[in-house]
Amino acid sequence: MKSGFIILALITLLLLSYGLYQALVAAPTEATMGEVQRIFYYHVPSAWTALLCFLANFVASLWFLAGRSGRADAVAVATAEVGVVFCTVVLLTGPLWARPVWGIWWAWDARLTSTLVLWLIYVGYLMLRKFSVGGPNPMLAAAFGVFGAFNAVFVFMAIRWFRTQQPQPVFGGGPKSGIDPQMRYALMANWVAFLALAILLIWLRYTLQRVRQAVEEAHAMKSLVEPEVRTRR
Amino acid sequence: MKFLYAAYGITWLVHIVYLIILTRGFQQVRDEAEELTRK
Repeated sequence: MKSGFIILALITLLLLSYGLYQALVAAPTEATMGEVQRIFYYHVPSAWTALLCFLANFVASLWFLAGRSGRADAVAVATAEVGVVFCTVVLLTGPLWARPVWGIWWAWDARLTSTLVLWLIYVGYLMLRKFSVGGPNPMLAAAFGVFGAFNAVFVFMAIRWFRTQQPQPVFGGGPKSGIDPQMRYALMANWVAFLALAILLIWLRYTLQRVRQAVEEAHAMKSLVEPEVRTRR
Repeated sequence: MKFLYAAYGITWLVHIVYLIILTRGFQQVRDEAEELTRK
């Protein structure tokens, strides 16, 4: 288990270095936006990774609601938290790209607003888990997670359903969509690297959650046993 | 170029901060487990 984690960490490090090289050196400079377009190689893969994490949270939440499994709960919290991390990157790198290209930091269009709402939903999910009255409430959080996944679909489809400030879909957006093959390669290299990073972070967070569950269980067992011992005395 | 470097820098900063939070979480759980065994 430990050696598997170390191998994955090393592979992730290599993939991230290769992705960085592809993004900053190998990919050609875009004709109209110039160097700032290279933010695309971090911004877009982060967004895709965040959406996948929220999708995984949806599956884990359903799994938890169906079977009350501690493993499902740990997967749900790990995917939600890592999804929030990647979504934070999206919300921070987006304005840094928008400012020099659009001349504005932010636009309240369907894509940007729904992404912010998505981030707020999952931050709310994590807060609900952490600060619920009477301790963590995985049941309520799981139901909340299922609801949040619908917004993730809305975020993905927003540029297809509405006219937005965002560019139209680069992939699957009809005959006029698409990018230079070298740019697509750099984008995919970074996405693979970010996916590996996400798996690594989810693995770490999952392990932490399982240990936390074990400690909480031990606390609960101890508090059940201790009063009995006191009564016998 | 400053926007490009800022975006890349922020991306790494966010991930590093999250790794630090996770490391602290592990330390906290380890302390709790040790306290539990000590009692």
